[in-house]
Amino acid sequence: MTRTSTRRRTARGRRPLILVLPAVCGLAFLLLPLAGLLLRAPWRSVPDRLFSAEVGQALRLSLVCASSATVVCLVFGIPLAWLLARGEVPGLGFVRALVTVPLVLPPVVGGVALLLVLGRRGIIGRHLNEWFGVSLPFTTAGVVVAEAFVAMPFLVISVEGALRGADPRYEEAAATLGASRWLTFRRVTLPSVMPGVIAGAVLCWARALGEFGATITFAGNFPGKTTTMPLAVYLALETDPEDAIVLSLVLLFVSVVVLAALRDRWIRGAV
Amino acid sequence: MFRSLSAVALTGAVALTLVGCGSDKSSDPAPADNISGTVTVFAAASLTETFTELGKQFEAAHPGTKVVYSFGASSALAEQIKQGAPIDVFASAAPKNMQQVVDAGDITATPVTFVRNRLEIAVPKGNPGHITGLADFGKTEPKIALCAEQVPCGAAAKTVFEIAGVNPQPDTREADVKAVLTKVTLGEVDAALVYRTDVKAAGDKVEGIDFPEADKAINDYPVAALAKAPNSAAATAFVTFIESDRARAVFTKAGFDNP
Repeated sequence: MTRTSTRRRTARGRRPLILVLPAVCGLAFLLLPLAGLLLRAPWRSVPDRLFSAEVGQALRLSLVCASSATVVCLVFGIPLAWLLARGEVPGLGFVRALVTVPLVLPPVVGGVALLLVLGRRGIIGRHLNEWFGVSLPFTTAGVVVAEAFVAMPFLVISVEGALRGADPRYEEAAATLGASRWLTFRRVTLPSVMPGVIAGAVLCWARALGEFGATITFAGNFPGKTTTMPLAVYLALETDPEDAIVLSLVLLFVSVVVLAALRDRWIRGAV
Repeated sequence: MFRSLSAVALTGAVALTLVGCGSDKSSDPAPADNISGTVTVFAAASLTETFTELGKQFEAAHPGTKVVYSFGASSALAEQIKQGAPIDVFASAAPKNMQQVVDAGDITATPVTFVRNRLEIAVPKGNPGHITGLADFGKTEPKIALCAEQVPCGAAAKTVFEIAGVNPQPDTREADVKAVLTKVTLGEVDAALVYRTDVKAAGDKVEGIDFPEADKAINDYPVAALAKAPNSAAATAFVTFIESDRARAVFTKAGFDNP
């Protein structure tokens, strides 16, 4: 502890001002809008607004959908990350690039793409509808699909990075001791990249919680069914901006608490 | 988030164009009315096609001008104006949203109603849900999209349902009328309530069904120049142009009613 503080002091003398100034500007740019939300919040009426039925409904739905989407991402994302990191198929680099496309795709476009594939007249959705009577748009399941689509790359990239950084010798040792591939993955590989998995899952969850564009395009907006917090914020802006601010504060609070709680425990260990 | 970003982008675009105009020493003969530069127009989503066309005509009539648009829900646009968006002209799909801007002191001129619009039932091509009228909106089987009640088309829909005594069972309430129309165009819903002009604009992908109660919820569209319009001469000229006979022809063709 004391050693690090002396090291910090000596470093401070060498800190170039040319970097400090833009750094402070950057920090202000990121924090001031959030401060604005806090400053303009109608604190007096916050309790009344918070305990309205709509807000509770939207928040519950948001938490349920973001958590379900994270589970979906874990189930499909971890194997995908493993394939990208350990697979020995040509063209994996290209696949890796494709996996990150939803990261840069405008979410609304993602929503339209989902409609074209999974909608009632979509390439796959058409058959889902005919054979099983399943129709995803305008359902809570549709919200989960939209959120998972947008958030999964976060998890895959995070887990894949951890897998690449993991020491393969442990896996080799397990294999020489006669462990099957599946056992090795479960008992050796997965525990060794757990911090990466947790960090990825948290990012994925936070992204899913804030997802707006793909959700409103693919799942629509119906209170209690598909109106998540970001959608509620957007529609509250139309009538009562103060309501929107309060809703935003809730989202902000939930995100900060979750990220802060997990950052100390996991993320530092992962990076 | 997206909206604030687009506002920033818009401001940036405006600033750039203004800079561009300032440094533009072209030898074009100046128009007699001395109007030039960028006109920034906020207009209701249902005006997208007509205003885009009219903008081109306006630019042709006044060389040196450029019309820049932001189309969206009137309620959202009104909110952005109250937050100080630097724009010249506001065209709303409902007097209510125009009034909000007037009350905020951002518009001092008297807004003029330049067109009227009525609701129509929109169904995907071939009417797969076999929709016949407003009563179908009260049934649970068909998939139905409506505008959110906060935006003008949603408020108008609420009025006609009350008159018809129908309790609508929507599957989704979209943020603006074009989003509702998209759901119909893609065949994701069996029926929706949009404006007659939207049905026309969608071409042959969408069929419209008229219903009698539509007469009771006619939307007036007011337009006005902003008090603090950055380009006030051009703003006034644009509003005058929107009220002209030439513009009326474009509106009528698109399915709008005369005020």
